[in-house]
Amino acid sequence: MDGGPGGKAGRAEAPASEPMPPVWASTDHAPHVLEEIPMLHTRAGPRDGNQWISRVKEEMQAVIALVRINKEKDNDWFQINPLNKLCTRWEGKCWTYYQGVRFEFTLHFDVPASYPATCPDLIIPHLDGKTAKIYRGGRICLDLHFQPLWARNVPKFGIAHALALGLGPWLSLEIPSLVSAGLLPVTGTTAR
Amino acid sequence: MDPCASSSDVIAALQAEITSLRAALHSVTAASSPPPPCTTTSSPVFRPGRVKIDHMSAEVTDSNPYSRLMALKRMGVVKEYERIRKVSVLIVGLGGVGSVAAEMLTRCGIGKLLLFDYDVVELANMNRLFFRPEHAGLRKTEAAMATLESINPDVCLEGHTYDVTSVPHFEHFLDRLRRGGPDGRSPVHLVLSCVDNYAARTAINQACNEADVAWMESGVSEDAVSGHIQTLFPGRTACFECLPPLLVASGREESTLRREGVCAASLPTTMGIVAGLLVQNALKYLLDFGDLSYYLGYSALTDHFPRHTLWPNPDCGNIWCRRRQETWRGKGRAWHRRETDCREVGEGAGPVHGTNEWGIEVIGREGVDVEGEVGVERGSAGSVQQSGREGTEASLEELAAELSQLQS
Ligand SMILES: [Zn+2]
Repeated sequence: MDGGPGGKAGRAEAPASEPMPPVWASTDHAPHVLEEIPMLHTRAGPRDGNQWISRVKEEMQAVIALVRINKEKDNDWFQINPLNKLCTRWEGKCWTYYQGVRFEFTLHFDVPASYPATCPDLIIPHLDGKTAKIYRGGRICLDLHFQPLWARNVPKFGIAHALALGLGPWLSLEIPSLVSAGLLPVTGTTAR
Repeated sequence: MDPCASSSDVIAALQAEITSLRAALHSVTAASSPPPPCTTTSSPVFRPGRVKIDHMSAEVTDSNPYSRLMALKRMGVVKEYERIRKVSVLIVGLGGVGSVAAEMLTRCGIGKLLLFDYDVVELANMNRLFFRPEHAGLRKTEAAMATLESINPDVCLEGHTYDVTSVPHFEHFLDRLRRGGPDGRSPVHLVLSCVDNYAARTAINQACNEADVAWMESGVSEDAVSGHIQTLFPGRTACFECLPPLLVASGREESTLRREGVCAASLPTTMGIVAGLLVQNALKYLLDFGDLSYYLGYSALTDHFPRHTLWPNPDCGNIWCRRRQETWRGKGRAWHRRETDCREVGEGAGPVHGTNEWGIEVIGREGVDVEGEVGVERGSAGSVQQSGREGTEASLEELAAELSQLQS
């Protein structure tokens, strides 16, 4: 991964973990991903016409880059595609492994009207009501650890960042605790 | 007999009843939208306890619901209390703060209330005020409108059950801000934000900046023992995006916010207090008495009430905020610019804008990286080319196809 496309001379030894809140230290969806996902530039939301198109292109490139990074590391853990032409609705799935079992969930989200000032609510319908870290309707609770970071990085963060730095760590923290609490039956999942 | 069997029968019967009541209520609310100026249709379910009253009377009788409020005039607190009949307030969020705020304004005889919430009442909400167990399963807007109408049929009520942050609904929300006045044409006088999440606050901020409508923010911390209210006049005081959101949203340190465990605790006391502070401030603004609070915190553990004024940030990321700031600078309009008052005043007030007045220092707390870019800037030099294409070459469709193929 150090030979990844984001690599630049002199940057290899930069302390990648420095900007990370401590909650991520324990996760394997790692801080170094942050350096490799392209940052976005256009500050525009779905109501901003052509500017939004430019923004969506940047979004798409960042998500493509993230998927490539994950594939290079043999660490695919989500699939996501836009559902409509304006790319305001996205749908796909995400998965994580715990104790050798694969837990896969459908995932969808809408880009909010105030985007990119606020990050999208990522929704995992299957987990609705299963944990305090899920709001009604399966919206995962990123308010505490990811929203503040997002807010300080508008407009540079995009959908790819929400997935890599919000959803990824959330999954690897929450799924084990749901499984150990007996809230996620192991049936219907496949072993790796 | 097994008592469980009979109670499940009762539950089934009650559920059927709820469904039919909901349908009845729904047909009524559906019939009343789009609302003509100020006619709440009487609900067949909850009959109002009294008939409507056209004019507020100061007459001191046991049967006058407004006598104690009109006494505010005699006491010299409020010049013209009846003005409240011409006032329209929009409330987003009917949780522990919003529903109580709506009840307070209803009892004050507010002219019109527009209520927004997409949620339903749950038994888990019963540690809060206002909603009752028999409301469980009803939409919050429906249950609230029925209750409020029975408390005070003089108030014109309008309810909308949707999420204001979603793109399709946002435009409608904006329209209700612009045309939700008592006459059905003018803007609402004030928006109260009683939501529990950052995204909704940002959507309200966006709408109020665009529509140039004053709003007041409220919040209760995740641990239920502190809260705040904030007054936001577009262009005159800090908007929600002017300041780092974490500080404004919670008034608490980042380190204490980021805790394992639950999303939120809640106490009826803290929520009731915050609702009281919010509506008190709203009444001061709408009826023009006392000093407004621009940021008022409440710490339950120490009974501490920090109070500040937050000035707008000239470099705010929200374009409408910057435009509103420009308007207030450019036209030479003036408003009080004292610690305690940003309200508009007549001609001849002093310069309206100084320098470096971003009120960061008033809420800056040690250990919080207020302006920090979190050190990720270095990544941005990198690499929009990472996908192998230059920014403008590929069309959106091509990129979507590339993404889809990559994942197949
Ligand atoms: Zn602003």
